[in-house]
Amino acid sequence: MSELLQFVFSGLTVGAVYALVALGFTIIYNASEVVNFSQGEFVMLGGMLTVFIFEAGLPLWGAAFLAIFITALVGVLLNKLAIEPARGASVVNLIIITIGASIFLRGLAQIIFDKQLHRYPSFSGDDPLHIAGATLLPQSIWVMFGAAFVFAGLYAFFTRTLTGKAILATANNRLAARLVGINTNFIMALSFGLSAAVGATAGVLVTPITLTSYDIGVMLALKGFAAAMLGGMGNPFGALVGGLFIGLIEATTAGYLTSEYKDAAAFIVILLTLFVMPQGLFGAKSMERV
Amino acid sequence: MLSVEGLRSKYGRIEVLHGITLEVHSGEIVTLVGANGAGKTTLLRCLSGVQPVSQGTIHFRGENLTGTAPHTRVCQGLLQSPEGRQIFTNLSVEENLRLGAYRYRDERVEKDMQEAYALFPILREKRNLPAGGLSGGQQQMLAIARALMGRPICLLLDEPSLGLAPILVDQILDTVKSLKEMGVTVFVVEQNAFAALSIADRGYVMETGQIIMAAPAQDLLADDRVREAYLGV
Repeated sequence: MSELLQFVFSGLTVGAVYALVALGFTIIYNASEVVNFSQGEFVMLGGMLTVFIFEAGLPLWGAAFLAIFITALVGVLLNKLAIEPARGASVVNLIIITIGASIFLRGLAQIIFDKQLHRYPSFSGDDPLHIAGATLLPQSIWVMFGAAFVFAGLYAFFTRTLTGKAILATANNRLAARLVGINTNFIMALSFGLSAAVGATAGVLVTPITLTSYDIGVMLALKGFAAAMLGGMGNPFGALVGGLFIGLIEATTAGYLTSEYKDAAAFIVILLTLFVMPQGLFGAKSMERV
Repeated sequence: MLSVEGLRSKYGRIEVLHGITLEVHSGEIVTLVGANGAGKTTLLRCLSGVQPVSQGTIHFRGENLTGTAPHTRVCQGLLQSPEGRQIFTNLSVEENLRLGAYRYRDERVEKDMQEAYALFPILREKRNLPAGGLSGGQQQMLAIARALMGRPICLLLDEPSLGLAPILVDQILDTVKSLKEMGVTVFVVEQNAFAALSIADRGYVMETGQIIMAAPAQDLLADDRVREAYLGV
C-alpha cells in the first residue's frame, strides 16, 4: 500500500509538469489551432535560464522570475519572427515551423549554455516528508501546488478578464473577433507569451527534482502532447486530467513493471487515444464547429 | 461619411469585385441589394478590413482606411454585424455583448448593455446562457446588439433578415429605423430587397461584382427591372 502511495506521489509530481506542458499546448492551440512543438523547449529554457542566472549571483527566486520572463519574451519573439510572417500558411505548415523552432532553440541552448546536466537547490530543502510509509519531497509539493496555482490563475484570467475572454473569443470565431475590434495579432503574441511562461514555470519548479539540460524539452513536449491529446486538445481541464493521468501511468509502469518501459507508457496512451477516441476525454465540445 | 472608390478585391486569382464606387452620407440608411453571390458580403468584408483590397480606396469621415487593420476601423466607429451571425457560440450572451465593447472600459459599457437589453428583451432573459444555444433570430439580434455595443458611427449590416421569420424581419427592420433616429448611419446589405428598400433612403443594386444601379430607394422600388429581378413582381 505504501508502495502504491509512493508511486502516486511521484506520478502526481511528473503529472503536474506534463499538465503544465499540455496547458501550454492548449493555450496556443485555442488561439490559433497550431500545435506548438517548441513547448518543451520553453520548459527547458525555464530551468536552464534559472540555473545560469542563479549561478551568476541572483537569488533563486529572482533568477526564477527572470527566467520565466525571458522565456515569455522568447515565446512572443517566436510568434513575431516565425509564425506571424507565415500568416495564411496552412496549420500543418505552421506546426512544422514550430518543430523547426524547437530544433533551433535546442541548438541555441547548446551553444549559449552547455551540454551538461544542471540543477539548483530545492526551494525548501531536501528533507523528505514521511506520509503513511511513503516519502514526499518538499519540492514535489512545490511542483503540485505551483501547477495548481497556475491553473487557478489562468482559470481566473480566462473567465474574469476581458483580455482572457478576447482570447477565448478569438479561438471561437476569429472573424467575429476581428470585427468587434480585437487585435488578433496581439492575441496571438499574448498566447505565445503566456504559453511560454507556463512552460517555463514548469521547468523552474521541476528542475531541482529531475535536473535539466538542453535537450529535456523533446520528451517533455511528447509527453505533454500525449496529455493534451488524452484530455482533448484545446480543453484546459482536459490538459490537467490528461497530464496527471499520464504521470500516474508512467509512475506505476516504472514501479510495477520496469522503468525501462516508463516512457513507452505515454506513447501507448497516445496510440490508444487516437485509435479509440481521437477527440480525447473532454475534446468533443471543443471540436464543435457551428 | 463612407466613400468607396474603384474598389477591387479577389479570392486567390479570381476577382470578385470589379471596381465598386459608392457613397454613404451621414444619417442615411443606404442599402445594397443583389442576388446571392453578387459580392455583397465581400464588399462589407473589405470595408471592415478582413478581406484584402487589390485596388481602390475606402474613406471614412475623411480618413483613408484602405489597408488599415480591422481593429483600427472599429475604433473609428465603423462597425459590422456580419452575415451568418458570427457570434461567439461558447461564450454567454452577456460576454458576447461585453466583447462588442472590447475597446472600451468605462461606465458607458454598462449603460449600452442595458440599452441593448431594452432593444432586445429576450437577450436579457438569456444573458447567462451560451450564445450557441440561441435560436437563429435571437443570434441575429445578438449580432446586431453586439455591433451596437461598439458605439458605431456607421453600422454595416450584412443580411440582418437572413433566415428569420417574417415577424422577426419586421422587428429587425424597425430596429434599423430606430438606429437612424439615434443618429447612426446604416449601410445594410440584403437579399430581401423589398424589405431593405422599404426602410432605406437610397439603394445600390449589385450584380456579379459591379454596381449596376444607384437611386433613391423609392425609385428602385418602382423600377421595372428591379421589380422583376429582385422583388419578384
